[in-house]
Amino acid sequence: MRTFVGIDLGSTTTKAVLMDDNKEVIGRGITNSRSNYATAARVASEEARIDARFTLFRRALHVGEAGHEHSAEFLAALERNFRLIQFLEQLDDLEETCHRQLEADRFKSIAGPLQEALHVIFARLRQEAASLYAPGAKRKSDFFRDIAGSRFHVHAEAVAREMGIALDMVLNAYDKSIIEVENRPPGGDLSDKFRRAVARMLAADSHAADGEGDFAAMIESALGIELEETYLVGTGYGRVTLPFSKEHIRSEILCHGLGAHMMYPGTRTVLDIGGQDTKGIQIDGHGIVENFQMNDRCAAGCGRYLGYIADEMNMGLHELGPLAMQSNRPARINSTCTVFAGAELRDRLSLGEKREDILAGLHRAIILRAISIISRSGGVTDQFTFTGGVAKNEAAVRELRKLIQENYGEVTININPDSIYTGALGASEFARRAVAA
Amino acid sequence: MTVIVGPKTKPPEAIKDASMARQKQMVNAHYDRLASAKERGEKVAATFVPGNLNELLMCFDMVNNLPEVNAIQNGLRRQSGGYVMEAEKLGHSEDVCTYVKSDIGMMAKGNIGPNGKPLPDPDVLLLSYTGCFTFMKWFELLRRQYKCETIMFQTPYLADGRITKDMISYMVKQLRQDVIPKLERISGVKFDIDRLREYLRKSAKAEDDHVWVLQSAKHKPSPIDAYFGGIYYIGPIFGAFRGTDDAIEYYKFLRAEVEGRIAQGKGPVTPDGDMGQERYRLVVEGPPNYTNFRQFWKMFYDEGAVVVASSYTKVGGTYDYGFRHDPDRPLESLAEYCLNVYTNRNLPMRVDMLENYINEYQADGLLINSIKSCNSFSAGQLLMMREVEKRTGKPAAFIETDLVDPRYFSAANVKNRLESYFQMIEQKRAGFRGAA
Ligand code: SF4
Repeated sequence: MRTFVGIDLGSTTTKAVLMDDNKEVIGRGITNSRSNYATAARVASEEARIDARFTLFRRALHVGEAGHEHSAEFLAALERNFRLIQFLEQLDDLEETCHRQLEADRFKSIAGPLQEALHVIFARLRQEAASLYAPGAKRKSDFFRDIAGSRFHVHAEAVAREMGIALDMVLNAYDKSIIEVENRPPGGDLSDKFRRAVARMLAADSHAADGEGDFAAMIESALGIELEETYLVGTGYGRVTLPFSKEHIRSEILCHGLGAHMMYPGTRTVLDIGGQDTKGIQIDGHGIVENFQMNDRCAAGCGRYLGYIADEMNMGLHELGPLAMQSNRPARINSTCTVFAGAELRDRLSLGEKREDILAGLHRAIILRAISIISRSGGVTDQFTFTGGVAKNEAAVRELRKLIQENYGEVTININPDSIYTGALGASEFARRAVAA
Repeated sequence: MTVIVGPKTKPPEAIKDASMARQKQMVNAHYDRLASAKERGEKVAATFVPGNLNELLMCFDMVNNLPEVNAIQNGLRRQSGGYVMEAEKLGHSEDVCTYVKSDIGMMAKGNIGPNGKPLPDPDVLLLSYTGCFTFMKWFELLRRQYKCETIMFQTPYLADGRITKDMISYMVKQLRQDVIPKLERISGVKFDIDRLREYLRKSAKAEDDHVWVLQSAKHKPSPIDAYFGGIYYIGPIFGAFRGTDDAIEYYKFLRAEVEGRIAQGKGPVTPDGDMGQERYRLVVEGPPNYTNFRQFWKMFYDEGAVVVASSYTKVGGTYDYGFRHDPDRPLESLAEYCLNVYTNRNLPMRVDMLENYINEYQADGLLINSIKSCNSFSAGQLLMMREVEKRTGKPAAFIETDLVDPRYFSAANVKNRLESYFQMIEQKRAGFRGAA
């Protein structure tokens, strides 16, 4: 089948969307953007293709249709097994890479014990791998780097202690390797991995394929559908360095406008707060951009700003929103300047202001700035759609709702759970149109 | 200690057409003349580009020194960044017009002109246009520095959108009673109105060809870029050459060059050579950025975007609306000239002008370059944009840079907006075809 790919290279994450001829999204993929945009783009689109396979499986297995109540379970198990296989493969790669590092001079003196330690660590990682992907297991992130990284640290600490060797040497070998591994998209044939995952399931649980039909055969037939990449469009802030040729590039402002229109056809105003910039976009009834405004050269009030605050407070980015939600007396903070943020924060803390109140104030400041950008682009018209990473932050959303209501009255505010894919979605539609036109 | 310096790769030499080379020569000659003015016993007047009275100054054998042009030259030569910082060190705020700071910084660093020679101290500061209050403050600073006389020639703002008889007689009275007597005293030269008439006659001649060149952008493809290229074209007429034979010659030459381009069906010359296919025709409002001038221009011509009309090329006079210096009404026409300067026009007049440009030059839309540190241009720009959009139905866009402060130019940000804008135009053109 023909597919159309949209890739959005953001400053922190890279997103890919795969669309079919019927304008239906069949796959989404995301990865962290690295210094190497080309790799990020490859990994994200590979992830989207994997996701697309699952969509095809779901269709083949009639998931959700009456009389097919086990097919969903089967698919969930398949996904877990597939992810596990992929994880193990990358783990192999990581181990090999770590060992290669030991050839460097700086490790010479203790190469022997280090080798030994790595063997033990990786053996333990492999041993526990299945439990990481067990039904109901919670993972903080789906990125290999995050999962493997946190577990490696835990085991390395123990092993270094047991063996009496320097922990920093072990970690050093890891640090030098993970970037390399991360920049190597998982290799191998996808279909083959799916087949191995099915085999693994059947071996573990012979009842897995009982019920509504021969699941294995259905998966096999779905694997037979070729996913042909008909056209690709890239967008995003890294556009200048995008690994695509010019005719395959669209501005992210247009992509966000079109993407928001596809999610909510009634949308007339779009706010996108990304890592590096904030945009207010006005679109018409066809998703065509009528006007836009964005922050100037300074990244004040963008997602980045929250990153600085989180660092300054020694917190995770995702913890900021929930803490700010606990405040009922937001502090009055006027500066959204990333440079001043740290100083202002320390000042207020030392004056005894509560962390949650300061945070709530900071969120308000960001949204105030966004409101000003929107108003410069032409104000808010029903319906209003909020996209970008900050749309996931409940404290920011709370302030936004309040301020929109105050300034523009009752308007519908849309926030899609897949809003992070808005730009990629628009890009994939541009790809589809490029061929359809 | 050995310091290892990597090989510096210079960008390829910019391609210039003959008129640009000639214009550059003229500018250089003027700077040389300025630098040696005192040796020849010539007096120097510092004055600003909008509403400058070059013909009048020539009647007193004075050379004019234009601080804005110095700032621009320093911006193009990448000197302004250091000067701006120097001025900030002296206590000037970050928000002050960066022309001023570049000028102050240059003075603090020995007042070396773009030709590497020291600029002479002015004998008089002639403030002939006060539409921008920054000009007044600027000269206050210079007056303190040079302890020289300041002449203020007040130009009424066209708040009602028209020039009245009273305005003109008010200005002519200032010329007769204040400006001319003071210039006579400072220069020691007696005013001769016939000399002024002669200069004005020459001005009008050059102005005719100048307007012809700017209006040549109505052709498709446009043979000129009326913003980036336009900056070069306005140099002689807005600066020290109006009223001279040099200016007449230059514009004749330029006109012939443009005629040649039209005959060959060619687009404008860019620093990288002839522009490729003309894909977008734009009207631009606001001054350009000078510190990254070539990079900025490239963002346009790489996409096939040509500016067919701009308001900035009217800061030194709106000749395309019919005004010419008139030897038969010498003082009155000097007054009219000042009144007609673009930034002296009220917002409705500016909106009308932009709207007309979009229609007359068959442009695809309006682009505003909003300047961080220039309030004169920036105030009301968003309103103007909305209104022009509404009236023409053509898409508009807004970018933000600065005049000569390199810290205010974010290439990625500007490029992002420009590309979005060009694609927006494309999308509009396709209409709803692709929207199915
Ligand atoms: S008009 Fe703008 S650029 Fe010129 S002096 Fe005034 S503030 Fe500066």
